[in-house]
Amino acid sequence: MTTAHDVAAQVRSGHTTAREVLEQSFAAIAERNQELNAFLYLDHDGARAAATAVDDVVAAGQDPGPLAGVPIGIKDNLAMRGIPTTCGSKILDGWKPPYTATVVERLLAAGAVPVGKTNLDEFAMGSSTENSAFGPSRNPHDVTKVPGGSSGGSAVAVAAGFVPVSLGSDTGGSIRQPAAFCGLVGYKPSYGHVSRYGLVAFSSSLDQVGPFTTTVADAALVTQVIGGHDPADSTSMPDGYDDLLAACGRGVAGLKVGLCRDLLDGADAEIIERVRQAAAVLEAAGAEIVDLSIPELRLGLSAYYLIAPAEASSNLARYDGVRFGLRVEREDVAAMNVATRTAGFGAEVKRRIMLGTYALSAGYYDAYYGQAQKTRRLITNALDAAYEKVDVLLGATTPTTAFGFGDKVADPMSMYLSDLFTIPTNLAGHGAMSVPFGNSASGMPIGVQILSPGRRDDRLFQVGAVLEAGVAK
Amino acid sequence: MSEQSPLTKEEVIHVAGLARLELTDDEVTTFTAQLGSILNHAADISSLDLEGLVPMAHPFDLENILRPDVPTASLDREELLAGAPSVESGRFKVGRILGEAP
Repeated sequence: MTTAHDVAAQVRSGHTTAREVLEQSFAAIAERNQELNAFLYLDHDGARAAATAVDDVVAAGQDPGPLAGVPIGIKDNLAMRGIPTTCGSKILDGWKPPYTATVVERLLAAGAVPVGKTNLDEFAMGSSTENSAFGPSRNPHDVTKVPGGSSGGSAVAVAAGFVPVSLGSDTGGSIRQPAAFCGLVGYKPSYGHVSRYGLVAFSSSLDQVGPFTTTVADAALVTQVIGGHDPADSTSMPDGYDDLLAACGRGVAGLKVGLCRDLLDGADAEIIERVRQAAAVLEAAGAEIVDLSIPELRLGLSAYYLIAPAEASSNLARYDGVRFGLRVEREDVAAMNVATRTAGFGAEVKRRIMLGTYALSAGYYDAYYGQAQKTRRLITNALDAAYEKVDVLLGATTPTTAFGFGDKVADPMSMYLSDLFTIPTNLAGHGAMSVPFGNSASGMPIGVQILSPGRRDDRLFQVGAVLEAGVAK
Repeated sequence: MSEQSPLTKEEVIHVAGLARLELTDDEVTTFTAQLGSILNHAADISSLDLEGLVPMAHPFDLENILRPDVPTASLDREELLAGAPSVESGRFKVGRILGEAP
C-alpha cells in the first residue's frame, strides 16, 4: 500500500478512483485478515458508498478533500453510527452507537474512506491485544509476536498494507508502542488537540486520538484533518497549533535535542544503539545534542497505574446492563449489575477497575490517588524545567522489541513495564511521536521516540522527518 | 511475588463488591497477589515527600464555560433505546429495585 499523500493525489487527479483503491484494500484484507486479526468488522457497504461519493465529486470537477479516497482503519473504541463498536469487550455485545465520533466525521468530510473497525485490548487496557475478547492481533513482521497495544489492530492494518492510515488512541502509549513494534510512525497529539467526542472513555484526562502511518508527512496530513477545536468536547483546546505539514520540511538546524538517559536506561542494548544513531543523524543535520537526565520520569509508571485505573473505575461504572450491550438477567437490579459486569468484563479490565476502586476508597485515597496526582505534577514540572534547556527530548519508545504471545500475561506488572517510556507524555498532556529507526538483529522493528512540550507538536514533525530521511535502510 | 501483599483477600472481596464484580475463589487469590504486586511497585511514590505540590487532575487548567442556552438537536430517542437490553414505553426497563412492602 502506498502513502495517503499518493492515494489522495492520484484520486484527486483522476489517475485512479476511490473505488479501485478501496477494492484493493478489501482484497488485501481478505487475503490476510483471518491470520492477523487486524479488523474486527468491515463496513463494506458504508465504505463503498463513501468511495463512490468521492469519485462522484471528482467526476463533477470538484475537490473531495486532502484525504480523497484514502482507506482508513478505525480503532474499535471510536463510534461510527450504526456500526458495531465493541471496545474489544463482550460487555458491548450488539451495541451500535447512535452517533459518529468527530474524528471520523472529519475524515469523511476530507474524502477519506473508513473501511472498518480494528482490534484492541479490551477498553484499550493492555500492551499486546492479548486482552481483546475477540482474540489477539498478530505482528506482520513475525506472527509469533504481539503487535503491541492497545491499538494493535490499527498498527497491524497499516503494517500489513491493508490501509495506508489508521486511527488509534493513546492513554499511556497505546499508539506509540504498537507503532514501534510494527515499524510505523505513531503520533500522540498534545492533549486537547484532537476531539475525544465519540471516543469511548478509558482515562479521560489522559486519552488522546492519533494516527498510524508509514510516513511522518502522512501523520501530519491526517492530524490536520482530525485536529482542532470541537464544541462537542469540552476539553478540546480552542486554539490550533502550527502547520504540521510545513514543519516536516523545516529541518532541525539549531534545534536543541535532549538525549534523555531516563528514556533509555533499561532498554535493550540494540535499541539504545539505534537511539544514539538517531541522535547522530540529527546532529549531522545541524541539531545540538544535549545529554540530560530527568529522574522524575521513572516515577511515571506508578503514578499512571493509579491515576488511569482510578479514572477507568469511574468511567466503566456505566456498563451496568441497563442502557447498552450485555445484560445477564437476575431477580433484582443490583444482582443484575453484578452478574452482567462479572460476565462481560475480562480479567485485565476487572483488575484495573478494582485497583482504581481501591486507590479511590476511603482510607487509601491520600496515600495512593492523592499521591499519584502530586507525582503527576512533579513529573510535569520536571519536563517543563527540561524544556527550558532543550526544544525536544529523544529516547526509546519501548524497552524491548515486540515480545511473544503469553510472555507477559501471567504477570501484569511486567506487561505494564513496556509502557515505561511512553507514560510521562500522557501524564503531562504533551505530544510525542514514535518513528521507525531500523530493525533488531532478529529483524523486528525498533522505534525512536521524540517528545515535545505541550502544544509544540510541530517540533515532533521537524525531527521526525529528518530521522525518517536519515535512517540507514 | 515473594513480597507481602499490602492488601488482604478480604479487602479484594470488599473492593470487588464496591465495583459490582463477583470473584471466584481462584480469582480472589490471583487478584490479591497481582494487585499487591502493583501496589508494592507504587510504594516508590507513596513514600515520597510531595508536600506543597498541587495535585494535578488534568493537563490544563481549563475554566468551565457554558455554551449559550439555545436548544439544539438531540440524539434520536428510538435509536438510543435500540441499543438497550430491555425497553418499554420509550424507557429503559429494569427488574425490581425495591423489595415487597413489609
